[in-house]
Amino acid sequence: MQYRKLPTKLKVFLTIIFIIFMAFVLFLSQKFLDTYWIRILTLIGIYGIMAVSLTFINGITGIFSLGHSGFVAIGAYTAALLTMSIEQKQMSFFLKPLIWPLNSIQLDFLSATIIAGIMAAIFAYLIGYPSLRLTGDYLAITTLGFGEIVRILILNMISVTNGPLGLKGLEEYTNIWWAWGWLLVTVLVIGSLVNSSYGRALKAIREDPIAAKAMGINVTKHQLMAFVVGAFFAGISGSLYAHWLTTIDPRPQTVGILLTFNVLIMIVLGGLGSITGAIFGAAAFAILSEWLRIVETPFKIFGIQVPAISGMRLLVLSTIFILVMLTWRRGIMGRSELTWDGIYNFFLRLKRKH
Amino acid sequence: MEKESVLKLDNVTMQFGGLIAVGDFNMKLESGELVGLIGPNGAGKTTVFNVITGIYTPTKGRVIFGKIDITGLPPHYITHLGIARTFQNIRLFSDMTVLENVLVSQHHKLEERHADKILQKHGYKSKIIGKGWFWKSVFKIGYFSMEKQMVKEARELLKKVELLDLENEKASSLPYGMQRKLEIARALATEPKLLLLDEPAAGMNPHETEELMEFIKKIRDDFNLTILLIEHDMKVVMGICERIVVMDYGRIISKGTPDEVRNDPKVIEAYLGDGSYV
Repeated sequence: MQYRKLPTKLKVFLTIIFIIFMAFVLFLSQKFLDTYWIRILTLIGIYGIMAVSLTFINGITGIFSLGHSGFVAIGAYTAALLTMSIEQKQMSFFLKPLIWPLNSIQLDFLSATIIAGIMAAIFAYLIGYPSLRLTGDYLAITTLGFGEIVRILILNMISVTNGPLGLKGLEEYTNIWWAWGWLLVTVLVIGSLVNSSYGRALKAIREDPIAAKAMGINVTKHQLMAFVVGAFFAGISGSLYAHWLTTIDPRPQTVGILLTFNVLIMIVLGGLGSITGAIFGAAAFAILSEWLRIVETPFKIFGIQVPAISGMRLLVLSTIFILVMLTWRRGIMGRSELTWDGIYNFFLRLKRKH
Repeated sequence: MEKESVLKLDNVTMQFGGLIAVGDFNMKLESGELVGLIGPNGAGKTTVFNVITGIYTPTKGRVIFGKIDITGLPPHYITHLGIARTFQNIRLFSDMTVLENVLVSQHHKLEERHADKILQKHGYKSKIIGKGWFWKSVFKIGYFSMEKQMVKEARELLKKVELLDLENEKASSLPYGMQRKLEIARALATEPKLLLLDEPAAGMNPHETEELMEFIKKIRDDFNLTILLIEHDMKVVMGICERIVVMDYGRIISKGTPDEVRNDPKVIEAYLGDGSYV
């Protein structure tokens, strides 16, 4: 059956209606849901930005990057150091005082977030330039190392980051609007790039870098471009994450390798190479992680009483993920996106069957 | 004034450690020629292609394309300058559609500014369309008209090679013969002056091979190309090549018209066996 395409103007209109609808849903949630669920919704927005930015680098361009947490960390610390008040900084940095000029600046949340993104992008350019000539497993190890190096640097540069003490008492600036607002920006920018000649060039690099070169594409330059754009949004997500947690520290589960693995789970679950998939994966991960808390309370299964074991939910989550990888590797969306054309044709096919 | 050749390989040697893959290779291609490069497996033919297209930098010698010395330039520069190639094992972008495969070949017109400066410096026409395409792509300002033009040109090309009906099919789902054709179409979409075809008839049945021979002659005329062709299928080589260069162990052992080469004892000894082909 032929694949029918809707007129472009209609699709733009539908998208705008959808955004307004989502805004309305968020507004209602903020009014009527309890704080716990509002926080989860906000977290889904933040995870969404991490996931979309990583799927742009890994899934669409094919760069095997395991260092995403490094960019989130840089974003988180940059923003936190910029939004904390001067008195707060003096109080927190009691081991070693914070260096100048950070100890005398305080910025608003928006500026701090944007600067966080820029810092992450700068680091991406600096490490991408020498590293992206590597391929496959070697690139993975290099980026993994980068993520870890960032964490260790944060741990040890006490006069800049307060080291192991971390930064506490951050203002909870991140609300549902900031999170989902930035998610919208991320999806618009990355989606727009993917839906252009650049997107085709990046996918060509993913499919076959040698053929891409032969068709006139400067592979290194385009990989660097994708890496920097992805890192920028990862930095943004770091700032949002820090001001959702209200405290950041250099532990692996906060801004370290464990964060990278979580985001990887999100994008593989959602479908590697799909932007809408990444958001579904992020939502699924956030909701599953929370819902699985019930396995950490005592429960009865097949007549056997299971006591409360802390950390059980990570075990169950990991088992679910392994099963998904074994039986359903393409994830929720595979490589395709959820588009208006896709939905339209789905209903057309349903109608045909009747 | 002597008009420069389309391609000139001047004493090109490609050495990998102790192995001389290509040695003292001299060749000139004039505009519009359809030349065959043949030789036993391992003779160094694909290595010659890789040196021309910039994948390897020759150990010795120079590669001159028209007025431009392209020795050692990166592959994406050389494509922008006007040399396109296909691969021995088809290297299509499998997960992308036929149309997208052909559209990718036009991306260099948006980006390859440095290569374009080389073109302009030597008096050739610029191939770049405007500037700032990264930002224009993100904010979609002034983008749609450019994309529309790109798609129009891509579709015209697909129509000429009779692949337009399949434009939305995934490249990997095409039958083998069409995949080979798509690879050639994709190379043509970069708007080359010189086309290098690496074993285009590999794996084809006699009927497909006939069609391919007609196809190659047609595109040479329709697109004003010079074509250099590596082939093992002697029917193709003897059938369409105006001139043949024969290689063995990295060196040229014979050159000439198909008849001259077919009867050259050195070639017969190295490669053609008892000459019972064709």
